[in-house]
Amino acid sequence: MKLTSRYMFSASHRLHSHELSEQQNWDTYGRCNNQHGHGHNYSLEVTLAGSPDTLSGLLCDRDQLDRLVEEEILSRVRHVNLNEQVAEFGQLVPTTENVAFVFTSWLKQGWSRHFAKSPVELDRVRIYETRNNRFEIEANEVKQ
Amino acid sequence: MESAPPRQTSKKKKSMLITRRVEFSASHRCAVPGWSEEKNRSVFGPDANPFGHGHNYVLEVTLGGKVDPITGMIVDLKDVKTILNREVVDQMDHRYLNAEVPPFDTIVPTAENIAREIWRRLHPHFNSDDVQLRQVRLYETESLYVEYSGE
Repeated sequence: MKLTSRYMFSASHRLHSHELSEQQNWDTYGRCNNQHGHGHNYSLEVTLAGSPDTLSGLLCDRDQLDRLVEEEILSRVRHVNLNEQVAEFGQLVPTTENVAFVFTSWLKQGWSRHFAKSPVELDRVRIYETRNNRFEIEANEVKQ
Repeated sequence: MESAPPRQTSKKKKSMLITRRVEFSASHRCAVPGWSEEKNRSVFGPDANPFGHGHNYVLEVTLGGKVDPITGMIVDLKDVKTILNREVVDQMDHRYLNAEVPPFDTIVPTAENIAREIWRRLHPHFNSDDVQLRQVRLYETESLYVEYSGE
């Protein structure tokens, strides 16, 4: 069975690759390349997979999941400029594809601090950049 | 001091799904041409109303692919938007599907058949090594949707 919990955060970013020229960046990213950046209200969905406990009927402790996501992700990205304030995006372009990858990596790195004793597993991470665009990555695509 | 655990670098390509959502509004009538009025009513209910009726359709198109290590993107969303508009929205929005959008002059425009037709139209555009069409989800109302993956 799977359980998905949803979280919101707002952050700004600029899509600009150091490996491309100014013109190539503009051609590739268009308005998202605006040098001053721009922001989104992101919606983050974290999906866990496992079997509900026979006694409690719970697949996982919700508070534990909320703490995992708060400590490993939200506290680092809430109301920040991703390019300037998140080390991973110093070089890596903060497209939502890459954001999904980095978040999954963070969850896996912090996993044992929160779910060491629980058989539940991280299944996937999904991020809505806007209502119309969403990105999804399976946890097993990311090592750590 | 121990060094941080090695991280996967941006250079290794990772598979990911991207979903784009668009809306269009259209009218349709669900009725099989050879059937009697009574038979169509019994199968399709109010959807068989001879004057047609409409929906605000919501289409979610899911593509799969590898993230380009330089741009950090699977596919340019502007291109996706252009293709969805050209192949689907521009042709179906504010139309009476049965009368104006082939093949629904001969095929009943149920949500199932519309989803399959949308798949047929989009598949040639997203069928490369870099990006593939994975799923079409079509909401006829907020409470009902169909999913088709080309099976």
